[in-house]
Amino acid sequence: MIKTFKLFKRKLKRKLSRIREKFRQLKRANRAAFIPFLTAGYPNLQSFLDLIRVLASNGADIIEIGLPFSDPLADGPTIQRSSQIALAQGVNLPLVFEMVKQLREEIDLPFVLMSYYNPLYKMGITKFFSEASKAGFDGVIVPDLPIEEANSWVKKAANKIDPIFLVAPTSTLLRIKKITSFSKGFVYCVSLTGITGEREKLPLGLRKFILQVKSVTEKPVAVGFGISNPFQVREVAQIADGVIIGSAIINLIDSEKSRKEQIKILTLWIKEITSSLVRE
Amino acid sequence: MMLPNKKGYFGEFGGKFAPETLMSALEELEKAYFYFKKNQDFQRELNYYLKEYAGRPTPLYFAKKLSKHFKKGKIYLKREDLLHTGAHKINNTIGQALLALKMGKKRVIAETGAGQHGVAVATACAIFGLKCQIYMGEEDMERQSLNVFKMQLLGADVIPVSSGSKTLKDAINEAMRDWVTNVKTTFYLLGSVVGPHPYPLIVRDFQRIIGLETKRQILKKEKKLPDYILACVGGGSNSIGIFHPFIGTSTKLIGVEAAGLGLNTNLHSASLLKGKKGVLHGALSYILQDKFGQIKTTYSISAGLDYPGVGPEHAYLMEKKLATYVAVTDKEALEAFHLLSQTEGILPALECAHALAYLKHLSPYLKKDQIVVVNLSGRGDKDIQIIQKETEKKVEPN
Repeated sequence: MIKTFKLFKRKLKRKLSRIREKFRQLKRANRAAFIPFLTAGYPNLQSFLDLIRVLASNGADIIEIGLPFSDPLADGPTIQRSSQIALAQGVNLPLVFEMVKQLREEIDLPFVLMSYYNPLYKMGITKFFSEASKAGFDGVIVPDLPIEEANSWVKKAANKIDPIFLVAPTSTLLRIKKITSFSKGFVYCVSLTGITGEREKLPLGLRKFILQVKSVTEKPVAVGFGISNPFQVREVAQIADGVIIGSAIINLIDSEKSRKEQIKILTLWIKEITSSLVRE
Repeated sequence: MMLPNKKGYFGEFGGKFAPETLMSALEELEKAYFYFKKNQDFQRELNYYLKEYAGRPTPLYFAKKLSKHFKKGKIYLKREDLLHTGAHKINNTIGQALLALKMGKKRVIAETGAGQHGVAVATACAIFGLKCQIYMGEEDMERQSLNVFKMQLLGADVIPVSSGSKTLKDAINEAMRDWVTNVKTTFYLLGSVVGPHPYPLIVRDFQRIIGLETKRQILKKEKKLPDYILACVGGGSNSIGIFHPFIGTSTKLIGVEAAGLGLNTNLHSASLLKGKKGVLHGALSYILQDKFGQIKTTYSISAGLDYPGVGPEHAYLMEKKLATYVAVTDKEALEAFHLLSQTEGILPALECAHALAYLKHLSPYLKKDQIVVVNLSGRGDKDIQIIQKETEKKVEPN
């Protein structure tokens, strides 16, 4: 009896993805997830690996890695620029898999890939999922792949990788319902009507929007786009299950020249962010 | 079967690969378009502007001297260059601007490559009283400075795009970013049969008038359909416009892409001939990309053809062998420019000079009385500076 129970428990544990498991732990700790984003290979290959290590050992819960793309039409100037620099360093999908394989040996956190659709399509979707899973990715976000185009995508992801979908303030309730049912791991809630990049203020109506999304799904809801400072993080963390920050990290890295200083400033910044994630 | 299907596919090409933020707007646009497509008042108003303002129908002109030059075949020119603003682009911009007006949108954004679409957008916005902002790559602004000034004179804001290759594809990226940000108030007036569904359908429908008129005119003049239709293909709006009513008929449709400095160099824009299947700007089609799926920088002497993708319907026509696609180089296009200028007294735009340039490859296969229609999609005034530079290059001894 005890044996079967243990077996059942193990089975349950195996079924839950690394991402879902993470959110379960965080729920127990009454804390929102900190999901930093960094463009793969930015500012250069070695610094990228070091900065991911810094993020992982200082309180990141899930790591989002962006595959640079020549035409990132959902991204603002910061991520556009980081993508161009990364591409100039020769970053491509197989190389990102190599880097994540290396990181996976040291880091047990969930890794999520953010990529536009074409590089994945070019590799071949079946091959992509199998390679990404082997490399150690747990989820994938594709900003230009709406649910209408994602039937075979979701099928091919099967149990290898969590396909994560985005909801936007312009999504109708019907769409929000469909998207949240398609999404696995978590639901990516785009905070504003616009592109990525730091904003001074959180958009009006964000709270209402997050609550609306949460009212139709049991899945964790992480919020991204335009979030940059601890005050904004604190506000979002009260109602959302995760906070995604990208451009602000890249701008922070850019504010220092040497790798040593970059690591120092990032470490300090993460401390501020993570202390803002606990719910009151 | 009517194409595209409900999901915006022409066979396996097309679709709606857009950020979630735009999906509701694309649905709204689709609904509005299908409503006004059947609305008689809308169609009447559209036809009024096309006729009284833009100058339709355009002549189908028998180019006697050009035909004589090639010795065989009867060459007709569909004179879209005679339209107001000097190119076929106005057919689509009047249609979409009217749609924007009916949808209650006050602000219009657009991308432009050669500037012909931009000028046509600025013009349509001026007459319908819409606020207009146009994204244009810095490199294109330089090579088409006259059109930049024209847009400004017409009351449009021209916003320079300095990202990426600073050409049409980057202007589309930037326009999409603007649309993602201002989607509730803004109408994105796309200029070619590219982008997410329903754009390839809408633009094609507004450009189809070129083919419909051609059919009527040639039947009247020659009592039969043409043997060939030639049109240049960048994104592919003038070509799909003239091809569409002839698909599946006896007429052979030939699309001419820009081979730039040669198809075996990296400096061309021949997406159909040299591209691979992929997704760019919202649609699955043929695109010029590297082995990792990054979009390549393209080149053509003609800014209007300098684009790494192509409309999904062209990809479908090629795949189903319903149309043939070929390419000619910068040099051949320039020769054709001079040839038409000197034989017929018409300065063609460098874009459609590509279609003209294919005549010399086609003529050996022509029978004496075979009819060829070339879509003369625009006039060459905007290209004079480029032609001047190229001509001087030749004259100067090294």
